[in-house]
Amino acid sequence: MKQDKEKDKKKEDEELIHSVTNRDYEYGFTTDIETDTIPAGLSEEVVRMISAKKGEPQWLLDFRLKAYRHWLTLEMPRWAHLDIPEIDYQAITYYAAPRKNAPKSMDEVDPELLRTFDKLGIPLEERKALSGMAVDAVMDSVSVKTTFRETLAEKGIIFCSISEAMKDHPDLVQKYLGSVVPHTDNYFAALNSAVFSDGSFVYIPKGVRCPMELSTYFRINAMGTGQFERTLIVADDDSYVSYLEGCTAPQRDENQLHAAIVEIVVMNRAEVKYSTVQNWYPGDKEGKGGIYNFVTKRAVCRGDNSKISWTQVETGSAITWKYPSCVLMGDNSVGEFYSVAVTNNYQQADTGTKMIHLGRNTRSRIISKGISAGRSQNSYRGLVKVAPKAENARNFSQCDSLLMGDKCGAHTFPYMDIKNETAIVEHEATTSKISEDQLFYCAQRGIGTEDAVGLIIGGYAKEVINNLPMEFAVEAQKLLAVSLEGSVG
Amino acid sequence: MNEKQYIDLCREHRELLERNSAACLNRGREEAAEWLECHGLPTRRHESYLYCPLMEEMGRDYGVNVARVKFPVNPHDVFKCNVPGIHANVYFIVNDQFYANSHPELGGGAVFCSMKTAEERFPEIVGCYAGRLTDDREDAFVAMNRMLAQDGYFLYVPKGVKVELPVQVVNIMRSDVDYMATAHNLIVVEEGAEVTALVCDHTIDRVSFFANRMTEAYVGHGAHLRYYTMESSHDTMNNLNQLYVKQEGDSEFTMCTVGLHNGKTRNYTEVYLDGEGAAATLGGMLISDGAQHSENQTLIYHNAPRCTSNELFKYILDEQSEGVFAGRTIVKEGAQKTVAQQTNRNICLTREAHMWAKPQLEIYADDVKCGHGATTGQLDEQAMFYMRTRGIGETEARMLLLMAFTADVIDLVEFEALRERIRALVEKRLRGEAAHCEGCRTVR
Repeated sequence: MKQDKEKDKKKEDEELIHSVTNRDYEYGFTTDIETDTIPAGLSEEVVRMISAKKGEPQWLLDFRLKAYRHWLTLEMPRWAHLDIPEIDYQAITYYAAPRKNAPKSMDEVDPELLRTFDKLGIPLEERKALSGMAVDAVMDSVSVKTTFRETLAEKGIIFCSISEAMKDHPDLVQKYLGSVVPHTDNYFAALNSAVFSDGSFVYIPKGVRCPMELSTYFRINAMGTGQFERTLIVADDDSYVSYLEGCTAPQRDENQLHAAIVEIVVMNRAEVKYSTVQNWYPGDKEGKGGIYNFVTKRAVCRGDNSKISWTQVETGSAITWKYPSCVLMGDNSVGEFYSVAVTNNYQQADTGTKMIHLGRNTRSRIISKGISAGRSQNSYRGLVKVAPKAENARNFSQCDSLLMGDKCGAHTFPYMDIKNETAIVEHEATTSKISEDQLFYCAQRGIGTEDAVGLIIGGYAKEVINNLPMEFAVEAQKLLAVSLEGSVG
Repeated sequence: MNEKQYIDLCREHRELLERNSAACLNRGREEAAEWLECHGLPTRRHESYLYCPLMEEMGRDYGVNVARVKFPVNPHDVFKCNVPGIHANVYFIVNDQFYANSHPELGGGAVFCSMKTAEERFPEIVGCYAGRLTDDREDAFVAMNRMLAQDGYFLYVPKGVKVELPVQVVNIMRSDVDYMATAHNLIVVEEGAEVTALVCDHTIDRVSFFANRMTEAYVGHGAHLRYYTMESSHDTMNNLNQLYVKQEGDSEFTMCTVGLHNGKTRNYTEVYLDGEGAAATLGGMLISDGAQHSENQTLIYHNAPRCTSNELFKYILDEQSEGVFAGRTIVKEGAQKTVAQQTNRNICLTREAHMWAKPQLEIYADDVKCGHGATTGQLDEQAMFYMRTRGIGETEARMLLLMAFTADVIDLVEFEALRERIRALVEKRLRGEAAHCEGCRTVR
């Protein structure tokens, strides 16, 4: 009897795993849209060509060339706990844009493109105004449409693609571009600075509270391309903005590179909340294809009493390698980082944050939840640094990992660098699997294994998900369910 | 970096070096020299040496005693360890040479002697174990050690033997010129055996020393090795201790490192839990001030199911001292039911003190309970205030809190008398008094 039962249970488990691992990537379609691409490969010529295509001023071309020349001197870093196949930078196309560029109204937007974003559930059309979100959609390398611009303009808020911003607000862009992430920062930052094609630009003027969520959707569509966008957010004194970012890509056998930069400047008493739901194509069950997501994200709290909050839900990408960071320069500034990173099949993630305390009475909080299943490797890597002058700095970090299956790995690499004796820094981490006790308790109450796992994961990730704006929280929860439910074995 | 001078030394005086060495340490000298020639000393860009100042200290022109000239010193004269209640088998090692004194027999066939002697008496054991854990290691300081080590101690406890008295090894650094000591030690504790070793590091001269000691320990099935170290040296002592431990099933290994005073110290401990049910406990407590550097690096491999590892490291940093803790626990695939805990707590007493912590977990099995915690902070203001309201003076209150802070590490020492002595030394140290025993003429 007992044996039979065990057999049944095993079978049940196997089915569960099967049903989950066979669940397909929902956003794997491609859109048949005419694209304007340049030949593959990277050279000074290509950098000049991108700049010319976008009709950029001389200073920007110089910025790109400087970055390109610096990139040539660098070598790809290898310190991460990741197994990254050799990337052929000459095989990548550095610029791809839907041919029908810069539509003036909704009618002019390529209907195929609209359907794409419809499929993604993005409220690109203004009739979906009810969802109350302003969207900048970036397809391949170019921003295709920004909604709600007029409403925002009334308040003095600038929300547009970065190429437009360069034309309309060159002084602002020139002042802040590269001020948070200089082109010398790292290998991929240099690459991005040389070839970035578009991205979003947000400026919130003094004292303005942005009335709606701002959002960018990134979509890689064309084959053999890389996506290199740049986001720049400037929140002036006493302002507030909540910004969302979502990403998807078609299902392809090849690996595609996404190397973006996000720069955020927060002035006195301002607050920026930046949320990401990252769902790039993770590759198939054998680990073939998928996006390499190598992103540099950094926020500087320049002003006193300012606040930056990163929330990320990472479920996609073959390899995720990013550390959204907070530089707490202003006195009493606050940095927060909430993250759920899920890896399944052959996915790899090495992600975390850096909290750099420079000002007095600065506080930071890190909550990181890693979930690994299948044959994936999931690492948390974080740095908490307290400078000698950062009096009374306070940090609390918690990074937990959950393991599902005996072929996956969960790793924690926290770095603490304390140079001031008034600092209080705490770090806590645990690694475990879903406990039999919890499952048994749920079973007792008539909750099946699959639901129980969903419930436990939901509770485990709740602290992070709660920090997401409403619309995203729902999406994130669904994503978690798709990625994991039932993969307990 | 002048690793070159040591490579040249090794090659030029090869014959002399080998003639005065334990034969088992001669193999691999050239291999190590070639490796070092090719890779050089690590820089601070190397992850494992990020905060290690020892490479810079290599620049000095240290003397190396290739010909094994005996230093005229009577350790009994300079070192009297009068721990009441401790009866230990005491052995002296002056620089890197065995000082012939106590009887090598520990009872029941257990032996403590030099590697050179061991080679003659136990050729098969030495042949079986020496270099097994260290030979194919790609590390510059291991290579340095393999190039220059001529001798070391050998501790052997045969199957089922429980050595009652602790073995106390007293390392004394004595020289009139800057001096480099290199030793390769071997500990073999066979199935079901038990032994306690206490290693003390002292210096008696005010010159610069560089010690590069490498110890291999093999703990057999169900055996128990307790290994306590205590350093009380001076500011110009550069101490590099590398300990490699391999544990069989159900074995136990307990380590406790107490740093009372040192110059620049790096303790590197690597433990392989190779048999089911093995348990390792690693503890450390370091008190530093001035420009001291205290570093503990640990790496624990959980290679088998149902193993336990527990780490507890505490630092009290005063003045401009630097503390480094880097712990790494790797749970291999299939090592289910692993329990691993890492704890690191630090107190910085001044603004200039600098703590750097890096507790890491790498886990490839799912049915595990692993955790780590690290905190850096100051003494609890409220606790201080509470004691002040009870009429306890500030200095005394501070002492009480610091002593309480160190208590659980000291508790890892399983010998009552030794524990009491360490506690007394720590208290003396925290009160700013010289922390060595009476009757001892070692200098700080």
